[in-house]
Amino acid sequence: MKLNEHEQAILAGNMGPARQRAMAQQIEIGRFFDAEDMVEVAQAHIMADTESLGEAGVRFLEDLADMPLDQCKVCIPTITDPRGADFNAYQRINHDPVYVELERRADQAFRALGILMTDTCINYQTMMPPVLGEHLAMGDTGVVIYSNSVQGARTNYEGGPSALAAALTGRTPRFGFHLDERRRGTACFDVTHQPATWTEWGALGGLIGRAMASYYEVPVINGIHGPAPTSDDLKHFGAALASYGSTALFHMVGVTPEAPDLQTVFDGPAPDPTKICKADFEGFLAGYGAADDALDVVVFAAPQLSLLEMERCAYLLKDRQVHRDVALLIATNPENKHASDRMGLTQTIEDAGAVVLEGVCFYQMHARELGEANNWTRLMTNSAKLTNIIGGYGYEPVLANMERCIDSAVAGRIV
Amino acid sequence: MGTVIQGHVGIGSSVSGEALVALDNFSARYDLDRIKGIFSRPSHKLHGESYVGKVLVLNAAKGGVATAWMLREMASRDMAPLALLLNYANPIIAQGAAFAEFPLVDRFETDITCAIQTGDQVYVDPATGAVTIDRDAA
Repeated sequence: MKLNEHEQAILAGNMGPARQRAMAQQIEIGRFFDAEDMVEVAQAHIMADTESLGEAGVRFLEDLADMPLDQCKVCIPTITDPRGADFNAYQRINHDPVYVELERRADQAFRALGILMTDTCINYQTMMPPVLGEHLAMGDTGVVIYSNSVQGARTNYEGGPSALAAALTGRTPRFGFHLDERRRGTACFDVTHQPATWTEWGALGGLIGRAMASYYEVPVINGIHGPAPTSDDLKHFGAALASYGSTALFHMVGVTPEAPDLQTVFDGPAPDPTKICKADFEGFLAGYGAADDALDVVVFAAPQLSLLEMERCAYLLKDRQVHRDVALLIATNPENKHASDRMGLTQTIEDAGAVVLEGVCFYQMHARELGEANNWTRLMTNSAKLTNIIGGYGYEPVLANMERCIDSAVAGRIV
Repeated sequence: MGTVIQGHVGIGSSVSGEALVALDNFSARYDLDRIKGIFSRPSHKLHGESYVGKVLVLNAAKGGVATAWMLREMASRDMAPLALLLNYANPIIAQGAAFAEFPLVDRFETDITCAIQTGDQVYVDPATGAVTIDRDAA
């Protein structure tokens, strides 16, 4: 790889061993993906929940934080993905204090590195939205796909160690979606049923994601008509597409900035489209049905809820009561939690017996152990992304829209 | 001498071990019970199988970003696979391999999940991207 003078100095160790190690790691990844050089990035976003970190990862962060500040402080604005425990609410959901303590140690280490604890996977809805052409090192698949596709920014999936390396060096290997040629469409989908709910947008993402063969596929979605999709619609669509497909970029004709029309987004003629009709949506949802009406927990998360989703939850829960045998959990980021507190939404939601969690996401907080501690198996959600993930944690996921999820939480059984 | 299959230059040191193969995809968070060291996703073809110490041979990296931390965390408890061979890695797997100094090779000249069978003894050399299958040794 070609390195400029500054990058060579980092690699030589002139800026300390932590930045040297980060640069060496980035070069190894760059070689793996045939990157020719590095690209400077404006922000880094780190996914590092303690379930992923484990004791080994937390010790790594603590060792880093013990170095002199000039050697370990991040050199670009760096923010965090949802954390592994809600320090204020963990006792309400029987979250093991051992994990909470691990989270406190990770939190302290991150703060010592100069990282802003935003604890969010919806930074694009709440703070400093990425802009067209901006190079970034984003560390959550939902954040990556939204930043690339809806906002036209440029980032690969940057896993925690890699986003941290970018935060320490201010750059990342230039490959994948940093390059013009990787951002062209590779597959075409013609949608004949307009998604009507966040769940259906997620289902559409899941349907297309399942058809993606590798990270480098860029699906182009045609046929979305009527009112433009909202930010929350595209959030659920992108999060599910990224989760099911390991997909980092999509183009939606007439909606996203790099796809004004079909011709613009493909090199040459568009490939024959795969049709997605109403029956495909129904089949996807039926795949996450249940054999009986038993219900343990309802979860709204993955991604964290926007303020408008919080308002919708509050509206649907007003003057109702969640059944005593069912838990209803809602995860949002600190900004939206504080706004919801201020606007009375949290009180309405919690008066109904639900729990609002702040700065976390359900699957990132030891979901298996939470399930065992609370006897939760049957899980209902409106998030297609969560249904894709949570089966591996021992849950039986059921996918339905927010209205039906809340009706079921109130009834104490799937309705 | 066994059959040599050439992939792209990979990450990590050379290793030799027994293969565990499926035409499924891979995500450490979605697919594994990392405490027990088994595949836990019910729909995965290797559901219930132990991956510890095996050369895992699968199709593509899927899912989220957590695998980047998890490979090192699993290795710290001696509960990691020995190596990972994929048709297509994604950046997360590569970043996790670089962080954990874990052997990873992808982009082979043929479908690696067809070329290798469960139980084969394989030698993985990430520095050259070559994988050698030694069926006589199995």
